[in-house]
Amino acid sequence: MQIIDTNVSLSRWPLRRLPLDETPELVARLRRYGVVQAWAGSFDGLLHKDIAGVNLRLAADCRKHGNGLLVPFGSVNPTLPDWEDDVRRCHEEYQMPGIRLHPSYHGYQLDDARFAHLLELAAERKLVVQITLTMEDERMQHPLLRVPHVDTKPLLEMAGTRPDVPIVLLNAFRSVRAEQAAALASAGNIYFEIAMLEGVGGVGKLLQKVPIDRLLFGSHAPLFIFESALEKLRESALHGRILKGLCTDNARRLHP
Amino acid sequence: MTDIKHMEARTAEHRPTGQGVTRRESLRIGAVGALSASLQLTRRSWAEAGSGNREADATEPVRTTTGETRIWDGHTHLASIRGEKPADRMAQLIEYADRMRIERLVVFMGWPFAYDPSPDQFRRQNDQVLAAIHDWPDRVLGYAYVNPNHIDHSLEEMQRCIVRGPMVGIKLWVAKRCNDSALDPIVQRATELQIPIYQHTWLKITGNLPGESTPSDLAELASRHPRATLLCGHAGGDWELGIRTVRPFKNILLEVAGGDPTAGFVEMAVRELGAERVIYGSDAGGRSFASQLAKVEAAGITDREKKLILGVNLRRLLSPIFKTKGLKS
Repeated sequence: MQIIDTNVSLSRWPLRRLPLDETPELVARLRRYGVVQAWAGSFDGLLHKDIAGVNLRLAADCRKHGNGLLVPFGSVNPTLPDWEDDVRRCHEEYQMPGIRLHPSYHGYQLDDARFAHLLELAAERKLVVQITLTMEDERMQHPLLRVPHVDTKPLLEMAGTRPDVPIVLLNAFRSVRAEQAAALASAGNIYFEIAMLEGVGGVGKLLQKVPIDRLLFGSHAPLFIFESALEKLRESALHGRILKGLCTDNARRLHP
Repeated sequence: MTDIKHMEARTAEHRPTGQGVTRRESLRIGAVGALSASLQLTRRSWAEAGSGNREADATEPVRTTTGETRIWDGHTHLASIRGEKPADRMAQLIEYADRMRIERLVVFMGWPFAYDPSPDQFRRQNDQVLAAIHDWPDRVLGYAYVNPNHIDHSLEEMQRCIVRGPMVGIKLWVAKRCNDSALDPIVQRATELQIPIYQHTWLKITGNLPGESTPSDLAELASRHPRATLLCGHAGGDWELGIRTVRPFKNILLEVAGGDPTAGFVEMAVRELGAERVIYGSDAGGRSFASQLAKVEAAGITDREKKLILGVNLRRLLSPIFKTKGLKS
């Protein structure tokens, strides 16, 4: 089975070394399980102010390792001066198919006018926009780095006005319930991946609420264990069109 | 239990689509949404389950260990699963466990959850677990849920569920912090019975519940009761701190259930405590078997260490009470 993992990160998690935080080791693990494409952001994009440098390194790492397996999704922080040029560079200089946002780390909400403008730019350039709703369990965050979940309510109204921008919510299911996900999926061109989906048989149960064509495979590796996402497919006994849709076809529609 | 509000919400949101659809029919129509309906409420042995599931497998399990690994899950619940009766809920858990090749499940607490249950409430919850054990005697083990705010009733419940009944351990949740001396009679009785005591622990930067124990509380209890066998539930949540906290207390074992599948957790636990002091559990159904098994299966530790964590250690802990009861492991 081929897999497109829509949620991996390169470089260093700021609070801990991780078993697979060397890119060649991460690539080897992904390949072992049939990952043919991994949409990669950078942990550096969370806290670094030199986002242009972060994206330069990300693009270089993706070129250097994986022989095409790693697809860079550059970080954009719309609170920084001249952030629009980061969007341009991601698209024009690095040929990235999308960008990754960390609103809660960068200190803005989704009803911020700059976010609306960012979606306009993404639409013009036909970029996929990934929004990371959280990175880790809020109960165990470092006391000096307590970061709230991103509030998705503004998306309910906004997404309907931007059907031309695919929005992929990463790590959504720590804070978004199935009913909310269903509402978001109905409201606009919004997708979810399964890294933080929990509950026994969670994927199967989610599919009772959210259409299969809005679900993507995502592992949140290397902060999360890649095999966790993989085993969820088995736990929910996915097969056939549903399995293929979640693992590859849905992501390929976003990035052919 | 991981996150009470999350779990209760999940319980409410997971509506089965109906009954009476066979597993094969469900697969034929490709309806993952009909998953609950496909669960057959029949009693099956472990061996039968293993062969019966293979034709339906979508993916092979991630098994990094060589040879047979007998997985015993030390932490599951009947909550967060739909069903009117314990048997209905247990059948679903067993079905998922079969897919993940889990041989036995330890179940504790019924439903609905209560932070400080009255004697009637914890008796009722234990009755639900007893019903589940009755229906699945070769697959399900139970720990008696007691409340240190009701010592006499708790000791009676231990007598009913463990001495006279089939249960094999104790579950303590969030009614009272476990460093309180009020727990001593329960711990003393459990030590006499040679059974493990599972204590839920968390260390939350967002704030613990008033009666919610931390790993430090458990360490105090362990130093007062060096002969007791204590399980540090959830590794204290914040496992990097939990592991360090329990490290000096050899009668505390660390349980890995109920937190996110964060890379490096089990490796640190094995490095600091030794694999003999680490126990696999899932906290299903609030958590998935998948995410919790992956913590161990994918860890950078040896096969031997994985086997200890996934089952050997729990069987070792339970061997005295199994011997007393004449149970086979």
